[in-house]
Amino acid sequence: MIAAPAYDLEKVRADFPILSEEVRGQRIAYLDNAASSQKPRAVLDAVDHVYETGYANIHRGVHVLSERATEHYERSRRRMAKFIGAQSADEVIFVRGTTEGLNLVASSLGRYALREGDEVLLTGMEHHSNIVPWQMVAELTGAKVLAAPVTDRGELDMDGFRALLSDRTRIVSVVHVSNALGTVNPVDEIARLAKERGAYLVLDGAQAAPHLKLDVQALGCDFYCLSGHKMYGPSGIGVLWGKKRLLEAIPPYQGGGEMIRTVSFERTTYAEPPAKFEAGTPNIAGPAGLAAAADYLDGLGIPEVAEHEARVREYAESRLSEIPGLRVVGTARDKAAVVSFVVDGVHPHDLGTVLDQEGVAVRTGHHCTQPLMERFGVPATARASFGLYNTEAEVDRLAAGLRTALEVFRP
Amino acid sequence: MNDALRDLYREVILDHSRRPRNYGAMDAANRQSDGFNPLCGDRLRLFLLVEDGAVRQASFVGDGCAISTASASLLTEAARGLPEEEALELVENFRGMVAGESEPDGESLGKLTVFAGVRDYPTRVKCATLAWHTLRAAIEQTGETVKTE
Repeated sequence: MIAAPAYDLEKVRADFPILSEEVRGQRIAYLDNAASSQKPRAVLDAVDHVYETGYANIHRGVHVLSERATEHYERSRRRMAKFIGAQSADEVIFVRGTTEGLNLVASSLGRYALREGDEVLLTGMEHHSNIVPWQMVAELTGAKVLAAPVTDRGELDMDGFRALLSDRTRIVSVVHVSNALGTVNPVDEIARLAKERGAYLVLDGAQAAPHLKLDVQALGCDFYCLSGHKMYGPSGIGVLWGKKRLLEAIPPYQGGGEMIRTVSFERTTYAEPPAKFEAGTPNIAGPAGLAAAADYLDGLGIPEVAEHEARVREYAESRLSEIPGLRVVGTARDKAAVVSFVVDGVHPHDLGTVLDQEGVAVRTGHHCTQPLMERFGVPATARASFGLYNTEAEVDRLAAGLRTALEVFRP
Repeated sequence: MNDALRDLYREVILDHSRRPRNYGAMDAANRQSDGFNPLCGDRLRLFLLVEDGAVRQASFVGDGCAISTASASLLTEAARGLPEEEALELVENFRGMVAGESEPDGESLGKLTVFAGVRDYPTRVKCATLAWHTLRAAIEQTGETVKTE
């Protein structure tokens, strides 16, 4: 028996104008959602609406357009606070995306918390954006960066993780859902262990936000970052959430307008969060698009989205398993909508080019996770990643494209 | 395979990617250079034996896509016997062709014109040129890993 679909897929697909685009005479099969997702009409309209009805610089002007723009911006902040389960909108910092969020935390929390000999514990499946900022602050402070091992299935090795946790561990920073493998990490357990050691916990939620219902308070972390563009919102806008008392305690990230209370050459005082972390003119219209994306996701229901994606992913795994010489990299028991794979005798880059000819968009490369690729002994993988609008028919086109690639490259 | 793919993956390219020529380290080499494409993880090491100002032998090892492997393989054949200056000219002609800056010139490029189709695939140009940038570095002895980004 086939379970009833979670929502009307055709109707949902019609909400995304780009899905009607044709590539070489065929509709695009967009299977690169972990890199960036497409935008529903409601998100595009919400951004336009700001520019058309209430655009000016925010928090400054006494004039009506500035007031309207500020209201759009702050309403979106409240909406995002609700989306992630924050206690207050003051805990929501608008950033460019997860990369900026992680850089902010690494720089500000790092300077606040790290001393020589302290340790920052990451995992072997982190995106470069959750590795490099910690290395940069470690160099400044004399702290050390460690990475917990990953198992052959692509799960976090929890024994290895526990073994690296110690009283020197000041910060634990972990990806919630792996972009390269789709692994959903046991963040509850990680939070419990970090807390036992008195370490701060930072979660990279870039891939989690479009698939999992978030409740940052229940997660037990201290900071959480996400990107708008991976959850059907605009690019260039994301959220850093932090516990209020920590946002008050840590130093600012960038200096400039908006983040100050008073400035003099003798002594400058800073504004309260969130303004303290939002120096300069921000992405003014982006938050409205992000809030519209949150509305869109909640409208469908994130559990329903996850259920649909799981069905498409399982179908993909079963279709791909029929392809001779294909190996899925990352077979975690708890997994989001990502299938990363390699094919004997065919380089991922060539696979990507052949699939592109068939109108199927996948990502090929190291996915900004070079240590993880090294762990699995591959220079790169091909990755199909699914979103709320993908269909089993698109998976069939992926499988057909892979067979074409085999015909080309296998002698 | 459709026509567009056939233009990119010409038979010669597929053949050299499956059975790369002059593959392996060269003990007698007196020049060596590394190439790396951080975008896709392609790596190669090029070995040259240069005597009297000319490339006597060339070989390579590495791990890459069909385009970059075939390009390195054909390079090792094309560079052999060339005076250093002519080898550098060949690098420039090849780069110009795949970047779409110059028309494929059979006289100077010979069978390397099989790579002309790469110009229609902007994301693959770096795959084709990696070995050639590495050749330039080996001849000029810059001693740095060449990166195509």
